[in-house]
Amino acid sequence: MMTSGKTAYINARLLDPATGLDAKGALLTEGRTIADIGPSLFADGVPDGIRVVDCSGQCLAPGLVDMRVQLREPGEEHKGTLASAGQSAAVGGVTSMVCLPNTEPVIDDMSVLEFVARRARKLGLAKVYAYGAITKGLKGEELAEMGMLAEAGAVAFTDGVAAVANAKTMRRALSYASTFDLLLAQHPEEPNLASGGSMNSGETATRLGLPGIPAVAEVIMVARDIRLAEDAGARLHISHVSTAAALDVIRKGRDRGVQVTCDTAPPYFALNEMEVGDYRTFAKLSPPLRVESDRKAVIEGIKDGTITAIASDHAPQDQDSKRLPFAQAAFGGVGLETLLAVSMSLHHSEGMPLVDVLALLTYRPAQLLGLPGGTLAQGAPADLVLFDPNHGWRIDPDSFVSKSKNSPFDGKPVQGKVLRTVVDGRTVYDAEA
Amino acid sequence: MNTGDAQRFFKHIHLLGIQGLTPPEITEILDCANVYVEQNRKADKKTDLLKGRTVINLFFENSTRTRTSFELAAKRLGADTINMSVSTSSIKKGETLVDTAMTLNAMHPDALVVRHGDSGAVKLLSEKINGSVINAGDGYHEHPTQALLDALTIRRRKGTLGGLTVAICGDIQHSRVARSNIHLLNIMGARVRVVAPRTLVPGPIAKMGVEVFHDMREGLKDCDIVMMLRIQQERMQGNFLPSVREFFHFFGLNEEKLSHAKPDALVMHPGPMNRGVEIDSTLADDMDRSVIREQVELGVAVRMACLELLTKNQDRMVGGAE
Repeated sequence: MMTSGKTAYINARLLDPATGLDAKGALLTEGRTIADIGPSLFADGVPDGIRVVDCSGQCLAPGLVDMRVQLREPGEEHKGTLASAGQSAAVGGVTSMVCLPNTEPVIDDMSVLEFVARRARKLGLAKVYAYGAITKGLKGEELAEMGMLAEAGAVAFTDGVAAVANAKTMRRALSYASTFDLLLAQHPEEPNLASGGSMNSGETATRLGLPGIPAVAEVIMVARDIRLAEDAGARLHISHVSTAAALDVIRKGRDRGVQVTCDTAPPYFALNEMEVGDYRTFAKLSPPLRVESDRKAVIEGIKDGTITAIASDHAPQDQDSKRLPFAQAAFGGVGLETLLAVSMSLHHSEGMPLVDVLALLTYRPAQLLGLPGGTLAQGAPADLVLFDPNHGWRIDPDSFVSKSKNSPFDGKPVQGKVLRTVVDGRTVYDAEA
Repeated sequence: MNTGDAQRFFKHIHLLGIQGLTPPEITEILDCANVYVEQNRKADKKTDLLKGRTVINLFFENSTRTRTSFELAAKRLGADTINMSVSTSSIKKGETLVDTAMTLNAMHPDALVVRHGDSGAVKLLSEKINGSVINAGDGYHEHPTQALLDALTIRRRKGTLGGLTVAICGDIQHSRVARSNIHLLNIMGARVRVVAPRTLVPGPIAKMGVEVFHDMREGLKDCDIVMMLRIQQERMQGNFLPSVREFFHFFGLNEEKLSHAKPDALVMHPGPMNRGVEIDSTLADDMDRSVIREQVELGVAVRMACLELLTKNQDRMVGGAE
């Protein structure tokens, strides 16, 4: 096993979002941890007995921390498995991922949480953390055992792809969670307003004759929950924000001192509702792709710090779930393998410094959820990604290692390629191998 | 046991709550009750202090122990007692509470012991009654005789109430026992803490003079008294609490959590207990720590004292003395 030895990553462009470091240098891993890092490390050569990885000037950063992934295992292994997600993560430079509790059985019980953790450890790919359910069976009615789930390792709580609809239940959930200082993450959609809809309400839906999901469905839920969290003195996280209006109330909530954070996913800053085009079900996402002005607002939210993290929102669907009339097709797209490349557009097209883009993909979600990793600090886990930010390629789902291929970015040209992924000092992906 | 002219402070006709009572009033009730504790341990427990008087127990909520305790108290003082429960009352036939009160008042009861599921209902009823009304529990509001018997239990064990630190743990939100105890302990100079998950403790409770904790080990630290409250089953089905096991894990009293309190801390519970839910079974039976059975014993004495003092005050009113 290589984990016991030392590896030197030399000739690297070191990017550490935790400190803002962006400099040429080298990094040394020993076993599972980062032993040393710096511009002058190994300036006089690498001593004997240390394995050398020549980074050839490419970017070396903390492995990506993806805070929203659907695994489908246990329960829907025909759509995705821990192994499939693990392979996709490796290709995508993701070294930690946090899975939603919408498995079958649901992660509302310690035994399911432990099952997922045990299976993930055996695979030895990306580290897998889990959200616990807010309510039993994700039914939105009875509180799940959040205290004990947290003790068993749940890093935060959510009802996954469904919002906790009942305001009284959400109020009690926030209140109960705050007893133990737990974080609740909410899917931002008022279910009555969204019911029956299959894409964003607007011009495209009108032309296509598709039932819409109005943008107000998002802001209404977000505004409600911010008020509830404020009243309960609880911490709230809004998952995959997609509208300008929701970002606006989040900003205002923060200004009042509410403990609210949010994330978004690549489709919401890289695509808009036009992608649905000719009833492309791969562009059927939840929340739905919005209008161009919302997409721009999401970019603005990323730049001004309103948005804490970018998550892949990886949601595998099999062919049978997508090859259907648009209204009947399942929501969701895979995203682990394209997370870094699509996010690089924030650097290339929007002018964000690389280290700032990486912060949203590594350090900030890790900090929010209290996860190790997301930094190149000495003593941190040796979870690394080596990538070329400029390498251009065209996204081709047929080349995905993911079991499901439903990418909304099908055919899109991107810039940015993962060259190597390291988990606990061990290379789990090497593009040249 | 007639305390005679010694009664100088407690001059109320009704006992509707602890809120508003003064330290001398409470001390007087406890002193009076303390005498009855001894009398209740004798073979002949009876006096004729309330001979000829009528006490009606009017219970709109099910109760066995409180009703029995009041019934025994009245009988040991020589009164005639009648128990009315909701199933046999005309409330079921659509009579309003005020009509019920006026109907009963026409029968000239000397004391009416009332329990009702709505906060404030006993007060409303008392406005139509000439005799004395004792609140045996109204909604989540007050249960004054429980707080008094808890106080007597503590005083007999610790000598005093002032300066003690008391942690009240569990379902504070839905507890009249908690509210009466918070009032009484504050009036008597004790320091009161409440310990509960946030779903079971209303935020503004701090304004009632308590320190709020959400962790048992912190809340129990250096306490003299640990008062556990009963958790209703219906609160544990996911609306206020996820489950029995989660509640017991974090908030149930066991030896380990109790070890954070003072070594001689007493464990109290108003009953009926849910063993293995809010309190570990062996701890509940630990004679060195648990005074739960003593609370029941002293309950009768406290209720005798209340009946005695209240009816005496009626006599003074009639006589126009006060």
